[in-house]
Amino acid sequence: MTTTSTVPDARANPEVPPVKLEVRRQRRNWQGWAFVAPFMAVFALVFIAPLAFAIYLSLYRRQMIGGNTFVGLENYSQLLSDASFWSGLSRVLLFLVIQVPIMLILALAAAFAIDSARLHAASFFRLMIFLPYAVPAVVAVLMWGFIYGDEFGLAANLNDFLGSKVVTPLSQKWILASIGNIVTWEFVGYNMLLFYSTLTTIPGDLFEAAELDGAGAFRVIRSIKLPALRGSLVIATIFSIIGSFQLFNEPNILRPLIKNVITSDYTPNMYAYNLAFAGQQHNYSATVAIVMGVITAVIAYVVQLRGSRMEER
Amino acid sequence: MSSRKRENSVRGARNPRKSIALTVLMAFFVLYTLVPLFWLFVNASKTQPDLFSSFGLWFGDDFALFSNIHQTLTYNDGIYLRWLGNTLLYVVIGAGGATLLATMAGYGMAKFRFPGRRGVFSVVLGAVAVPGTALAVPTFLMFSRLGLTNTPWAVIIPSLISPFGLYLIWVFAVEAVPTELLEAARMDGASEFRTFFTISIRLLAPGIVTVLLLTTVATWNNYFLPLIMLSDPNWYPLTVGLNQWNSQSLGAAAQPIYNLVLTGSLLAIVPIVIAFLVLQRYWQSGLTAGSVKQ
Repeated sequence: MTTTSTVPDARANPEVPPVKLEVRRQRRNWQGWAFVAPFMAVFALVFIAPLAFAIYLSLYRRQMIGGNTFVGLENYSQLLSDASFWSGLSRVLLFLVIQVPIMLILALAAAFAIDSARLHAASFFRLMIFLPYAVPAVVAVLMWGFIYGDEFGLAANLNDFLGSKVVTPLSQKWILASIGNIVTWEFVGYNMLLFYSTLTTIPGDLFEAAELDGAGAFRVIRSIKLPALRGSLVIATIFSIIGSFQLFNEPNILRPLIKNVITSDYTPNMYAYNLAFAGQQHNYSATVAIVMGVITAVIAYVVQLRGSRMEER
Repeated sequence: MSSRKRENSVRGARNPRKSIALTVLMAFFVLYTLVPLFWLFVNASKTQPDLFSSFGLWFGDDFALFSNIHQTLTYNDGIYLRWLGNTLLYVVIGAGGATLLATMAGYGMAKFRFPGRRGVFSVVLGAVAVPGTALAVPTFLMFSRLGLTNTPWAVIIPSLISPFGLYLIWVFAVEAVPTELLEAARMDGASEFRTFFTISIRLLAPGIVTVLLLTTVATWNNYFLPLIMLSDPNWYPLTVGLNQWNSQSLGAAAQPIYNLVLTGSLLAIVPIVIAFLVLQRYWQSGLTAGSVKQ
């Protein structure tokens, strides 16, 4: 591969002949893998292998006699007529359609207020609203659980003050709303910062132009800021949908307080967890996990499609 | 980026007057986010009897925060400190490793053209859409067959992957590391790894700090994964340990240690809140990169 080429290459270092450069460039093709391979190796172990294993598990069933047998899609058809699964799924759907819009609208309003330049101490507000995101979910739920409680919580203080048991956040009637409040508290600041960060990237001359046209603050929000936020809104919506479908931490940590209100199949994820760890039904648990994964991925995909279609308009 | 530029420019109205009404409205918002944390602080400073007898949003008769802290750290032979140590172990190796892997891979994706690059892209993108908890149970079952459950590795290995971190570094590296610079280093005969560790990594520093923050918070706050992977309390991180203390207070023959749960919770959020406040600038740049350049 030695060369005697004398064709000058304007960019080449004189010590490196052009042909050698060619060889380097080809080797470089594979060199990218040296950087990507470690990630991909671990990725295969913790993402691809469990996924494949879950699919395998969902096609088998452990029986008293005969051990592990292939049952095809039987686990899936069992799931379709499983009342526990459907009640959990409809509960997270209800949670999704109420909690997510409330949280995102609150986050949007806060982002607009902080970005409006009409707020005193705007950076203080930004920081304080974001702060709950730093609190671990376990601590947030324990804390709110205490606050909701009628032993030494704020609910108890309120009831003492009112003289009767009016405020009952942990009752059957209110528990889903109470969980929604915890989730909103944890994530509203994250979404606010996501929106706010996007707002700060809008070029200033757009606002100058709008001002020259005599546009008011709300007109600017409608015509400039909201369209600029489209991408962030799609991302926030997708993350929130995934979070709602995966609802686990909050009800599971509250459960010891109120075992009769939050059942072991309260959400599909809790159902999968309890099937695997309390019931030892690994195959059926994997089936629940896969079905939930597929439903979540499909909905996230649809939201993304709709989001990009709005862009084309 | 343009955010600095815009500080001086007009935001919808020239010299907008500060609005008292808007500020008051937002003050209520901040009350909502801060009151629970204030409640936690107040109640972590109460003795167990005071917890039940005094008003929730103000201090009790005795200010017992320091004796509570002492009790929390020494209860059960200092298991809390053990949990804190475990959490730090998981954060240093898990989040540190995740940041290193994501940085290398993101850089590789941004600066090299190699066979299979497209495949890597779509696989990683697909992974972001798969809900993490959907994989948790199968991962547990697989790890238990490999004999990894109930060891620190069961928590650390899954923490090593941050698809979002890879994506952030990728987006960041495209502009932060000039291709001409890499060409020049190659001409000088520097190996790709040498170039990466001596030159590129410095240019990538702001992005790396952002990813490190993201992964640190994710590992520090991790609950579901260690909950299913670990059964020996000696390997618990703080989150799982605190929840165990709380459940212990609720059993039939319970010996309530609410004051320890409250103080332990307060202590668990202090380091992460400080990290947030000190490094908040990086949060924002990370979020911007993630949302705008999708």
